[in-house]
Amino acid sequence: MPRHFFEAMLVALLAGLLTVPILGIQIQVEGINVSLEGDPLPVLLAMAAVFMARLLQVPLKAVSGVMHITRRVPRPIHLPTAYRLILIVLVIVAAAIWPFTVSRGAVDIATLALIYVMLGLGLNVVVGFAGLLDLGYVAFYAVGAYGYALLSTHFGLSFWECLPLCVMMAAITGCLLGFPVLRLRGDYLAIVTLGFGEIIRLLLNNLDELTGGPDGIGNIPKPSLFGLEFARRSSTEGGTTFHEFFGLEYSGADTVVFLYLVALVMTLLILYVINRLIRMPVGRAWEALREDEIACRSLGLNPTTIKLSAFGFGASTAGFAGAFFAARQGFINPESFTFIESAIVLAIVVLGGMGSQIGVILAAIALTALPEIARQFAEYRMLIFGLVLVLMMIWRPQGLLPATRPRLELPARAETL
Amino acid sequence: MMNESNPLAAQSTAPIERPLLQVRELSMRFGGLLAVDHVQFDVHRHQIFAVIGPNGAGKTTVFNCIGGFYRPTSGTVLLDGHSIHGLPSHHIARLGLVRTFQNVRLFKNMTVVENLLISQHMQLETRFLHGLFKTSKYRRAEAQALERAAFWLEKVNLLSVANREAGNLAYGQQRRLEIARCMITQPKLLMLDEPAAGLNPQETRDLDQLINELRAEHDIAVLLIEHDMSLVMGISDEIFVMEYGRPIAIGSPDQIRNDPRVIKAYLGEE
Repeated sequence: MPRHFFEAMLVALLAGLLTVPILGIQIQVEGINVSLEGDPLPVLLAMAAVFMARLLQVPLKAVSGVMHITRRVPRPIHLPTAYRLILIVLVIVAAAIWPFTVSRGAVDIATLALIYVMLGLGLNVVVGFAGLLDLGYVAFYAVGAYGYALLSTHFGLSFWECLPLCVMMAAITGCLLGFPVLRLRGDYLAIVTLGFGEIIRLLLNNLDELTGGPDGIGNIPKPSLFGLEFARRSSTEGGTTFHEFFGLEYSGADTVVFLYLVALVMTLLILYVINRLIRMPVGRAWEALREDEIACRSLGLNPTTIKLSAFGFGASTAGFAGAFFAARQGFINPESFTFIESAIVLAIVVLGGMGSQIGVILAAIALTALPEIARQFAEYRMLIFGLVLVLMMIWRPQGLLPATRPRLELPARAETL
Repeated sequence: MMNESNPLAAQSTAPIERPLLQVRELSMRFGGLLAVDHVQFDVHRHQIFAVIGPNGAGKTTVFNCIGGFYRPTSGTVLLDGHSIHGLPSHHIARLGLVRTFQNVRLFKNMTVVENLLISQHMQLETRFLHGLFKTSKYRRAEAQALERAAFWLEKVNLLSVANREAGNLAYGQQRRLEIARCMITQPKLLMLDEPAAGLNPQETRDLDQLINELRAEHDIAVLLIEHDMSLVMGISDEIFVMEYGRPIAIGSPDQIRNDPRVIKAYLGEE
């Protein structure tokens, strides 16, 4: 035990040294003066967390070791389900309360991270579950974003009205692309989707009359809360804004927090749907298709419809996230939908562990929040991405948190059958 | 049961009942190679029918043509009197003709139970909204699927490894799982491509018993490719012998054992 304690101290000390530049120093802006200010609290918290994790590593491993053995027993254990549920509720509550306690900038970054979580979860279905390598995922994201931007600026539809339409448009685009190309496999599919992503971007760039070309579309309205706008003054005659309705002082931060919460709800919705889907016959079929297409066919599963459903679902998720992206930015142009976005989302999926949802969520947060926090390393961002991916492929090709197989409880034996 | 005097004419005098599977003049050409040359046989309900022949004789190609994995160059295949020629393989499987593979093809990274659930795909409630909201109909269908999976796992003695990944099973267990995965689709005709390959003698005897049980209890016909002669001779009602893509003999195990052409094909000439 003393050895563990000593080790934990050492590791915590190291963590402290490493986290000082990132967590311990904050930039303070007062008027035109910019200064650095030290804040020891986050560093101490990080050190404490690392210390505890290191100290409890051995007992935790023992516990997980026990669980590993029980995995082989056909009778399932019920306890972890309850724990899991409590944990999930706690995380959701924490995620909902958190924006009220931190700065506006942090909430904004978190919103961006949530967009990437949504994209990552969607692509995870296509790449991780169905095993279809899609390098043009950003195309569907663009369809959602431009769909909302055009519908709202031309037809005056609200965000909530547009959301299902954008999802449908993206799904249809996905199926239209999917139908001719899904007979391709692996690398060939990757190349076609890569091309498709570029085609969509070029279309957006060159359809000046419709999309505004490189100038993009501006003044995209933000989502409202049951018709209540988040603005200083209502944009429509006689409309009420959020702060007027609740008799609050107007604050720009309200909008940011509201957008974050909308993104959170959307992410949770996607998570729920995906979690249901992968336990449904269609989700199992996606995985089966990734494992062995010929065996699927020999058992009566139609590979084309299964692939299309995965591709269409992934696309609709991207459209969902895209509509939100347009609403959050208020301005979109084709530059937001370059290949690098597809690459980042794919990196998120690979980093998180294909088919693992928690892994993908953590990877999305890491890959979007870290560059924002460590802005001074911005130029090295892609370099580090690449390096991390190469290292991952060598040492941990299954991802940071590889997916675990669901355990299925068999009915108490029916000798009568 | 078969006409004794002329094995190749046996089909014409076979039972009055319409055969389950009729293969007529089936040929498959790959470029310059005629892999299957005018193959013709019938499989009757409840029959165990074996296809044998030296390596490279075209047995698996026949399977692939019947199952829709290849598109035969010429000939017809009738299942239950209806032509399945040229239909996509998943369609043929739905009509009740399923197969195992020479090199076991399981969903290796999925658990044993999941393998059995996937093969029930076509019998399950697959509609999106039902599953999304776990309607009672959906839950009932899933419960029944698990029930059936448990039944078959017990049948092939894999209940204790139900939640293991299929790829981690021993080879014999994988073979049995593949058979269970086919049977759970409630087929009319089960095609087994070298089911005894890689099994030890005890496992082969168990397989023999299992196939007989399946036929007796589940009203299926079995079409079998096999090299293990003790298994083939013991289990088959009728045997079809191929060499270089051509049919050389058809008949009961006894007839085949004594057929000079078969002996020549296997042992060569003096």
